[in-house]
Amino acid sequence: MDFQLTDEHRMVQAAVREFATREILPRAADLDQTGAFPADLIRRAAALGLMGMIVPEEYGGAGMDAISYVIAQEELARASAGLQTIITVNNSLVCDPLVRFGTDEQKRRYLPRLCSGASLGCYCLTEPAAGSDAMALQTTARRDGDHWVLRGTKVFVTNGVEADVCIVYARTGPEPGGRGLSAFIVEKSFPGIAVGKVEKKLGITCSSTAEIVLDDCRVPADNLLGEVGMGGRIALSTLDGGRLGIAAQAVGIARAALEEATAYAATRRQFGRPIGEFQAIQFALADMATRIEAARLLLYRAAYLRQRGVRHTREASMAKLFASETAMWAAHRAVQIFGGYGYVRGYPVERYFRDAKITEIYEGTSEIQRLVIARHLVQAT
Amino acid sequence: MHIVVCVKQVPDTEAPIRIRPDGTGIEESGLSFVMNYYDEHATEAGLRLREQFGGTVTLVSVGPERAREALRTGLAMGADEAILVTDPQLDRADPVGVARVLAAVIRTLPYDVVLCGKISTDDNAGIVGPALAEYLGVPQATAVARLEVDAAGSRALVHREVEGGVEVLSVPLPAVLTVERSLNEPRYPSLPGIMKAKRTPIRTLTLAEVGLAAPAPRAVLARLESPPARRAGRIVQGDADDAVREIVRFLREQARVL
Repeated sequence: MDFQLTDEHRMVQAAVREFATREILPRAADLDQTGAFPADLIRRAAALGLMGMIVPEEYGGAGMDAISYVIAQEELARASAGLQTIITVNNSLVCDPLVRFGTDEQKRRYLPRLCSGASLGCYCLTEPAAGSDAMALQTTARRDGDHWVLRGTKVFVTNGVEADVCIVYARTGPEPGGRGLSAFIVEKSFPGIAVGKVEKKLGITCSSTAEIVLDDCRVPADNLLGEVGMGGRIALSTLDGGRLGIAAQAVGIARAALEEATAYAATRRQFGRPIGEFQAIQFALADMATRIEAARLLLYRAAYLRQRGVRHTREASMAKLFASETAMWAAHRAVQIFGGYGYVRGYPVERYFRDAKITEIYEGTSEIQRLVIARHLVQAT
Repeated sequence: MHIVVCVKQVPDTEAPIRIRPDGTGIEESGLSFVMNYYDEHATEAGLRLREQFGGTVTLVSVGPERAREALRTGLAMGADEAILVTDPQLDRADPVGVARVLAAVIRTLPYDVVLCGKISTDDNAGIVGPALAEYLGVPQATAVARLEVDAAGSRALVHREVEGGVEVLSVPLPAVLTVERSLNEPRYPSLPGIMKAKRTPIRTLTLAEVGLAAPAPRAVLARLESPPARRAGRIVQGDADDAVREIVRFLREQARVL
């Protein structure tokens, strides 16, 4: 057993940390306050290869492994969870299923532009009546000559406003659950697709979250991703990777909270001494550090299994569950250590607190993660 | 245009430096090492010249085995090739000795310009570049803050920041140029660059392989000492008017800086 990062991993960590610290961090508070889409930073990130990290080089990606990917996502999220959301969705939920299920022609058409930043991707699975019960979705796709006609409404679509390439799941057959579903690559320029309501959110504000309305949207038959009836499989296997991105985001937020709280505890004086000299504060910091380390190890292990092509649904769920609850808990502790200053704008910990909450909700709530983990336990007995 | 960039690996400037008890060097355990910042600017300058003229950027380093990582960083920024001269006999080499080794390697390469950092952030000597130019028998310009090469690639127009102004030199190529940090903004290593760097073999040479005998250092390190511990600061109490008066008095009479 070897707990060392490779040279390549350390170089990725150093390069992304430097980029995040110098370019993203100074703007993180402003991005949060304005909620404006950081188009220039996304362009810079694309130039560094961050938009298509796991895409093979022949399709314009960086060709990196899953561990490099989660290392980079932690560094980005430590600077701005909102900005990292935009990037992780493009990588995990759009590029990844295209790499794994796309035809060579589809990969050539879509991956280079998703990697270069010329295009941005979004993932349209959730519907008003199909959240945790995603396989109950009601959007339909009906074959019409050499086209599919999609009809339905998707909600909570990250990057929904800016994205021009959408992975859309729709029902193509009467089979129950995932077997009746298919996945489509839908361009925003196709007739019949529109952005609906744009949500205002508690955190990760610079990433857009929108409704996507498919009103008899005509999609060329060539844009079916995988085969008819494979939608459920594509959706669920994509979420394994997606959950690693969210677990990495959670670790990044938690680490940011710990770093801020540690620095504050060293300088904030009460009762004639730095508050970091009080055990109540020290123990909180120690617990934060320990849980973050545990979360990161779960994350690395799941990424390692993914890299080796081993089934890792359970490990991805465990990493996502534990990391997201760690982020929420660590941000909560950080706010408490800051006291009144933790509750006001001007210090970043209230942002971490707001950003952390989403990691317990999207790409499967904590309850769904527990369900996935429990199912594996029950199956194993 | 063939560009050679000399690269040194140094301790991270943010890392705490501890001197070995016997004063012969620094404790390396737990220390992280990076490419000398000035050399990052030299690498960037080399990459920009390649973008302008085509050609190659070759990195050369003299140092221990770990210096390989600094070369990988330069390859990830976009350099084409890297050479490391590493040999236990070089452990005590002085800057002139390092320049001699670099010259022996660079003589075997095609080169139109050799770029070095002005100084290294660890030893702060600033000798390697000028000594290298002497060994190669080519012109040199130090502390270059602006660099333009004419369209023919035969002369460099360089700006040097000198006391009270700018000195503009026209230097025939090939030449050795040492660069200031104000010359440019180094690019970040890109992720595809990191992948490419991983695949690019780093040519490793011993002293014998570059055709040199063990160096006889002209300067020998006697010992390293820690700087004197900084005395605790003093907080001046009282209301603002009195405190300002006291600080002015202190600066004038005791610190004698006013």
